[in-house]
Amino acid sequence: MNKNLRWKILLCLAVLILFGVAGVYPILASMYHLPAPQAIMNKQLKLGLDLKGGVHLVLRVKTDTALRVETELEMQRVAEAARTAGVSVGATTVTSEKQFRIEGVPSAQDAAFRQALASTSVETNFDRAPGANGTYTFTMKPNVERSLREEAVVQAQQTIERRVNELGVAEPSIARQGQNGDNIRVELPGLDDVNRAKNIIGSPGLLELKLVEQGPFPTQEAALQAYNNNLPPDLAIVPGTSDPANAGAAPGSTIYYVLRRIAPITGRDLRSARQSLDQNNQPAVSFTLSNDGARRFGTLTEQNIGRNLAIVLDNKVFSAPRIDGRITDNGQIFGSFTTQEAQDLALVLRSGALPAEMDYLREETIGPTLGADAIKSGVIASVVGLVLIVVFMLIYYKLSGVNAVVALLFNLIILLGLMAYIGAVMTLPGIAGFVLTMGIGVDSNVLIFERIKEELEAGRPVRASVNAGFSRVFMTLLDTHISAVIGALFLFQFGTGPIRGFAMTLFIGLASNLFTSTFVSKTMFELALGRRQQVNALSI
Amino acid sequence: MHLFHKTNIDFLRWRWHAVILSWIVILAGIGMIATKGMKLGIEFAGGTAIVAEFDQTPSIDAVRQALNRNYSGGGEDAIVQNYGDPAQHRVMVRVPQVGGERGEDLSQVAKSVEDALRKGGLPHFTVANTEIVGPAVGEELTQKGLWAFFLSLAGILAYIAFRFQLSFAVGAVVATVHDVLVTLAFLAFFGYDMTLNVIAAILTVTGYSTNDTIVIFDRVRENMRSHRRESLYDVINIALNQTLGRTVITAGTALLSAIALFLFGGEVLHGFAFAMIVGIVTGTYSSIFVAAAIVTFWRRKQLRPATASAAVPSAPAATGAAQSKRSKQRKARAS
Repeated sequence: MNKNLRWKILLCLAVLILFGVAGVYPILASMYHLPAPQAIMNKQLKLGLDLKGGVHLVLRVKTDTALRVETELEMQRVAEAARTAGVSVGATTVTSEKQFRIEGVPSAQDAAFRQALASTSVETNFDRAPGANGTYTFTMKPNVERSLREEAVVQAQQTIERRVNELGVAEPSIARQGQNGDNIRVELPGLDDVNRAKNIIGSPGLLELKLVEQGPFPTQEAALQAYNNNLPPDLAIVPGTSDPANAGAAPGSTIYYVLRRIAPITGRDLRSARQSLDQNNQPAVSFTLSNDGARRFGTLTEQNIGRNLAIVLDNKVFSAPRIDGRITDNGQIFGSFTTQEAQDLALVLRSGALPAEMDYLREETIGPTLGADAIKSGVIASVVGLVLIVVFMLIYYKLSGVNAVVALLFNLIILLGLMAYIGAVMTLPGIAGFVLTMGIGVDSNVLIFERIKEELEAGRPVRASVNAGFSRVFMTLLDTHISAVIGALFLFQFGTGPIRGFAMTLFIGLASNLFTSTFVSKTMFELALGRRQQVNALSI
Repeated sequence: MHLFHKTNIDFLRWRWHAVILSWIVILAGIGMIATKGMKLGIEFAGGTAIVAEFDQTPSIDAVRQALNRNYSGGGEDAIVQNYGDPAQHRVMVRVPQVGGERGEDLSQVAKSVEDALRKGGLPHFTVANTEIVGPAVGEELTQKGLWAFFLSLAGILAYIAFRFQLSFAVGAVVATVHDVLVTLAFLAFFGYDMTLNVIAAILTVTGYSTNDTIVIFDRVRENMRSHRRESLYDVINIALNQTLGRTVITAGTALLSAIALFLFGGEVLHGFAFAMIVGIVTGTYSSIFVAAAIVTFWRRKQLRPATASAAVPSAPAATGAAQSKRSKQRKARAS
């Protein structure tokens, strides 16, 4: 045997083993319960959500809400700085998510006000525009706005990732998408309780501990009246739910607390949170504070014994127990939870708060039976298509058809293996991409065979015809494959979800097809023609 | 074995007929879409769809009546249809409403549709699938899909212009656009929804169509070198005939797998497979009759050999041979 040919055969076999191990063996192993090392099984081709079943969510991060928080904070800092500098200012209002206004700076104190501003970060983050009657408008700088929006989405994605990981879903996928890059796609295979997933992923999870100034009151008006309808700016009215311990309100009705605006302890100070039981053996959530948080909590509770401390979650008071003594590093949230709710809340608290509010743009639950049916029909269709093509090729090209069929199977093995190696996910359009790959594979063989036939008819000897067939068609194949690759690349780059999956399969299929139809098929011809100097007939 | 042995068909003779046929189909499709509108799948239109798996298949009317009685949106705007294998007793209900965009409310519509069915005296069922798509999603998908399509066309145009000639590139791109329009027309005729899967199929068709065209063009380019004496008209015809066997066999095998998808691929792949079948047929037709014809229209001057070549003694003979070949064929067809 020709030495060159031996290397070619070895290369073909190596490729076959390399891709067969990852792509085909795990499938066979799980079908027929064959022994397989875990490392191989872990690499096996993953099924997409449409085949496996699960929950698919698309959320939009409302980055405006993150900007508003920042703007409000900045405004409070400015007001605070003015107060410390002894400048009396009038009304302060947030006019939009990136703009606030300070009115009534006395003209005599204008210079002092500006000096006070220099002590804050407002000048670096906001553009200041003076108006009539000592009014100043502060607008967020565009670069600050951009980075804040970006940060909000990144943080939201990270928070969601943490929550999903805690949820214990196998192989979740969380990715940014969308024109403004502010959409987050979450895929949770195997999960079928969409509402629980949504609650966990989308709940803001902002925990704050705030001192109660007055209350609870049965209505908001009553709370306002306690301050003669003029609530000081450092206080806020926050709703909560009444429990039997609150005298004067029916259990379960909404009651209102007047709280300090500033929260000395927030969710950021948490070290951990877990589901526990309260004194009445009802599910509750216990949390522990970080060292720093514990120190501040200790001071806070020590100085305010006898007052009430509200536990506020997402701007709702859960409970407002009385401080009986100094507490340092742990606390408990109780409400009327089920065990599941308490567990989920603990999970949300552990993973941190979302930086902005979320909208759901899309949600989909795919039942596992539907996915299984889809796989079944997809596989049946592929197999039927494959068998039809194989039968046709064998009839039409006789022995050379065997060559084409082997090249085709080779192609599918490489495709499956490569997808497993790069961790691509098999989706329904992916199966369609498979079918298309088979079509392209056959096309390449047909092109070559037809050309060989032509050369034979032109009276060339067999070996020369085979060589001419391959070498002449090679350029054509290169052209068709490159233009298809160009198409697939654009689809992958600009397409979404299923289209990307399709483009990915097509792309891999094109690459492996170029190899099998030119290299593998040629090697087989050479093997068949062997060392004979004179070959008189070719079964084609 | 040979399907076509040494054929000598004057394909280009039919190019004007082909132009008319193509325009008829495309205009009919455009008219259909303009008057009735393209049916959009849920991922483009937005809305709420649930697939219910019943113990026994209820009649579509019974489902609609249940919606009319118990669902606030009524059954008028709802699409109710059997879904997939009849043995599974699945029914899909799709309503245009999405509910609020707020997290809590999004699944409200799905829940009220489900409740309406439960109260409607239908057989017992479980919900196999829910899909809720907000309106913002569809817009983005449409935009992205269009971008992907036009950019990939531009990329292919540039590549062919680079590898062949501009006229070839124009021919290939016109043929591809033609195939997309014809496929859209047939999707409209047969009332298929425009879904992401169908879009994927259309994009496949564009790839398939250019593939087919390039194979023929490649042969034309080769023949332009080996048949220098003959007119572009003849060179193209010869190339079309030489590649005819391959064109038909490839289309046939691709069609085999597309038909297998159509018959066995299940409900989700139905639209996809249909678009593929139409696309393969029109793709084959267009690479023979449209792409090559565009090249001849574009380079009309070179259709016949340049008059200057008449000075060369053998040239008139060659042209005469080619023309007599054509007239012979006409006679053959006439008889």
